[in-house]
Amino acid sequence: MKSAVIVFPGSNCDRDLAVAIRDVTGKAPVMLWHRETELPDGIGLIAVPGGFSYGDYLRSGAMAARSPVMRAVIDAARRGVPVLGVCNGFQILTEAGLLPGALMRNAGLNFICRNVALTVENSQSTFTARYEQGEKVYFPVAHHDGNYTADADVLDRLEGEGRVAFRYAEAVNGSSRGIAGILNDSGNVLGLMPHPERVIEAPHGSSDGHRLFEGLFEAVA
Amino acid sequence: MKTRVYVTLKGGVLDPQGKAIHHALDGLGFSGVNDVRAGKMIEIDHDDHVSDADLESMCKKLLANTVIENFRIERGA
Repeated sequence: MKSAVIVFPGSNCDRDLAVAIRDVTGKAPVMLWHRETELPDGIGLIAVPGGFSYGDYLRSGAMAARSPVMRAVIDAARRGVPVLGVCNGFQILTEAGLLPGALMRNAGLNFICRNVALTVENSQSTFTARYEQGEKVYFPVAHHDGNYTADADVLDRLEGEGRVAFRYAEAVNGSSRGIAGILNDSGNVLGLMPHPERVIEAPHGSSDGHRLFEGLFEAVA
Repeated sequence: MKTRVYVTLKGGVLDPQGKAIHHALDGLGFSGVNDVRAGKMIEIDHDDHVSDADLESMCKKLLANTVIENFRIERGA
């Protein structure tokens, strides 16, 4: 299976994502620079990494969402290719219109960098099949703009359609209804603020994130 | 020609930065401040032929995130 990790100026989790993908698939992903206009033929998975793309200028993810490579990513996502956006990747996917809502400054204004407890709200998705429904997992967060916001109708629809994939099991950033990660309407795009790629093996303190990549690989292989 | 675009958070959207600024003003001893909302101003230097519709499109496509923000265009003379 061919996979790609998108790299923007200011991305800093691209290599962590590449290691997680290589570990699970046995094959290193293609690292695609933001100026590229085409994805490799037969691409099976696209990962949009965390970091501070374009220095968070204008709004987090705003510039990256309009970069050349994202036009190809948007097309692929609309064709059903799984797209995983973590942290700044989540912000980029909302700015690109692939996911609803927006990620605003954390309610307490602080940059938050610690492990947080999450509840798996939907274990039926492409990304969460290896988790139990309602299971508690621990992923680290490292963000300043993780406060998920959408209007009440959008929030109700996300909840009603099982598109809230992960919810914070503790107070973190003021996110509406504790939302940590959401799916698009066809279920092939996941954006989440916490970092599963930073907890894929025991020396990381937890390997809770490994199963996200395992489940994803099983679904697309 | 210079046009100014003002981008502000929509009414119902919580503004943590505005709240922090408000708190700091209180701390400096200014009384009577009821609320503070923070936004941004973007100045665009452009040719005369850039239309109002172009400017509006710039706001919708990039300058403002209309999920959470409003924009106001002040076209320069």
